Amino acid sequence: MTHILNSDMLPFCKGCGHSLIAKSTEKALENMKLEALQVISVTDIGCHGIIDKSLNTHTVHGLHGRSAALGAGIALGIPEKAQKIIVFIGDGGATIGLQHIMEAARLNLDMTVIIHNNFLYGMTGGQTSGLTPTGFVTTTSAEGNPWNSYDLCSMAYDAGASYVARVTGMGDISETLEKAFRVQGFSMVEVMEICPSYGLKLNPKRKFSDIVASSGKELKEWVRQRPPFPSSQGKKVDNLFDSLPKIPKDFQSTLDKPLSIILSGSAGEGVQLAAGIISKAAIRSRLFATQKGSYPVTVGVGFSTAEINLSPEEIYFHGIGVPDIAIITSQDGLEHSKKRVEAMKQGTLYIDSSLPIPSTKANIVQYNFRESNPRDASLLSIFYFAKKTNIVPVDALIVTLEEEGKSSKSLLEKIEKI
Amino acid sequence: MQDANNLMLLDGSRIIIEAMARAGADSFIGYPITPANLLYQYAGQRMPVMLPAPDEITTLQWMSGMSVTGRLPITATSFPGFALMVESINMAYMMELPMVIILVQRLGPATGTATCGAQGDLSLLRGMISGGHPTPVLCTSSMEDCWTLSAKAVEIAVKLRTPVILLTSKEEVMTQKSFDLSVLSEIVPVVRKYYASAEPYQSYKPQGLVPEFLPVTQTMHQVRITASTHNQKGILQNTDEESMANTRRLEEKIRVSLPDYTFYEYTPKQGAKNLIVSFGITAEAAKDAQSQLTKKGIPVSLLIPKTLLPTPSIYLEIMEKYESVVIAEENINNQFSDMIYGLKKPKNHKFIGGLGKMITPQQIQEGIKS
Ligand SMILES: Cc1ncc(C[n+]2csc(CCOP(=O)(O)OP(=O)(O)O)c2C)c(N)n1
Ligand code: SF4
Repeated sequence: MTHILNSDMLPFCKGCGHSLIAKSTEKALENMKLEALQVISVTDIGCHGIIDKSLNTHTVHGLHGRSAALGAGIALGIPEKAQKIIVFIGDGGATIGLQHIMEAARLNLDMTVIIHNNFLYGMTGGQTSGLTPTGFVTTTSAEGNPWNSYDLCSMAYDAGASYVARVTGMGDISETLEKAFRVQGFSMVEVMEICPSYGLKLNPKRKFSDIVASSGKELKEWVRQRPPFPSSQGKKVDNLFDSLPKIPKDFQSTLDKPLSIILSGSAGEGVQLAAGIISKAAIRSRLFATQKGSYPVTVGVGFSTAEINLSPEEIYFHGIGVPDIAIITSQDGLEHSKKRVEAMKQGTLYIDSSLPIPSTKANIVQYNFRESNPRDASLLSIFYFAKKTNIVPVDALIVTLEEEGKSSKSLLEKIEKI
Repeated sequence: MQDANNLMLLDGSRIIIEAMARAGADSFIGYPITPANLLYQYAGQRMPVMLPAPDEITTLQWMSGMSVTGRLPITATSFPGFALMVESINMAYMMELPMVIILVQRLGPATGTATCGAQGDLSLLRGMISGGHPTPVLCTSSMEDCWTLSAKAVEIAVKLRTPVILLTSKEEVMTQKSFDLSVLSEIVPVVRKYYASAEPYQSYKPQGLVPEFLPVTQTMHQVRITASTHNQKGILQNTDEESMANTRRLEEKIRVSLPDYTFYEYTPKQGAKNLIVSFGITAEAAKDAQSQLTKKGIPVSLLIPKTLLPTPSIYLEIMEKYESVVIAEENINNQFSDMIYGLKKPKNHKFIGGLGKMITPQQIQEGIKS
């Protein structure tokens, strides 16, 4: 059996609590009879992270604070897990990467996170972290940290972890670590320890037990029974093209050059639906088509505009500056498209009779699209356009409407009346 | 040629996800952002694994972890999300992890306008890796590109063991277009080869320029993956010779293999003195401009670069053949030309830019005539 650690000489300052964690980790894993390569160690940036060169396990050494998410990714990548994933992270890393720990706990991913809480950022020179106890002196709080610290253990437990423990890094902590490693699901152990180079030097007269007590955090275990993250996924399709509606080519359009249309109305009045129907009916009539919508981010209110290009040939540029045809069915639509209508020097404007007519050089055709049911206004307008121009055969629109399940007796009657 | 008898109505997002799935991408990690939401939605239906991450840093970290286990993850985002990913992309780059990030450009700065397209992120991509190392960036300029380049992006990611960016923009992935699927060629799934020798494995010992891959899921060989400066074993070092050679190799492997992934479309016209250079969404307008000018008896050539980074020198060679060059891209600072010429832009060079609006074929034509 290969040992977990490849050397007794660990890379930390003399007396650093990180050494004790490494040795207890080895003891716990060896006690579980785990081979080194059955373990994937994920290390953070910080003094604790340089342990990775002393490990015989697989090692993954990432960014500051992100190791819990990186470890989570590994857990997500191996659902039928034979290997143990252990994340080594400091109190600094836990502060900047708090969300990642909470997320892994919430999902109950099968992994263990060991927090090396030496109450400060060791590697960068002993600054205050989110886990520094009140009153603890650091290089950035000479009079003692004025703030309180996170109760990381309660937070991880509340988020959904299966097992959480807080211990002090004294003597042998392998038993607690082993308990955590044996959990199927998310486990976390916060080890309170001292950094001799900064922590001890800056707080020379204080006893470790007093510092721990001053943090106000309990040394205890939090345990719950909860199934680990389910790796099953919903039903998948094996081809995204199969679900696309087949569009039969059973009509023929008379259009002989590109035509641009804007359809502008109000949300909830079928603008995008009408655009889809006219595009599909056009394709059915062997035209090329493009279709796009624009509407405010709050999709349910205000204007709704669709831009449609039709052409007997392949369409490259699909933007529409000034359209050939503008169809306006509501006040919202008019306001949104007014500038473009005013810029029209030719073409046709179809506009609801209730609306003021903007100044434009386009031919103007008025019709009562909103009559009786404004929700049908946009659909009615494209039928009106089709009947008047025959660019897209009306029957192509009708079959498309039926196939989309949007046909209704009242609408068909209104279409008939045009 | 597309046949009007074969047309369906679909968007580029659908093509991109289908192509990547066929090429071998097997996981999508998502965080919603307009205009990349359709990609996320289709990935949920199609990818063997789709997981919602709580933010974009987590997205890239999860992808990296999955990549370490041998999976082939992808994601899609827009600038605000991409900005959060940058440090983690550097990590994946240094770790040499295959993955693809689809960047759908929208109007910035910052949140800008989520529903408006743009081509403003090229400069960012160019300098995104600390040290200036290049990342392969492929840019779509048609529905067919959404297919071919997506598959290529997956393939390069595996072959070069690197994150690859597929650059696109709002109009390309959200607009519904009639399209004849039969013009798409077959995609051959990428084959993943793992280190197979019994000799001890070194994660960063190059074979040629790319080290062989081995996932952490096996128990034969120790795998050491790291984002800190490292030697061939994957052990953190300061700046010793072996590690500096490794850091140099990262740059070299992307640059030297560029001929394997240089993609562009060049349509010279006989007697043409003018060249239009355009890519991404604006390339569609450029195609129209070219054919309209040709109809008017003004022959104009067209270059559509698709591999944007590292920049193939062939672009410059083509551009230098013409009396005048019009570069059209939807930004206000001529990012492509900056990349090629820096401060010393030739006098025969004209820039057609745009902000908040697609550049039209008319604008490009006027640029040629003036
Ligand atoms: C994004 C980012 N910000 C800041 C740093 C600088 N940095 C390196 S280590 C570290 C703190 C390490 O402290 P901790 O996580 O508590 O570990 P320790 O050194 O005490 O073991 C910081 C802030 C960094 N590497 N990355
Ligand atoms: S600086 Fe502090 S945390 Fe870092 S190794 Fe030394 S004692 Fe440990």
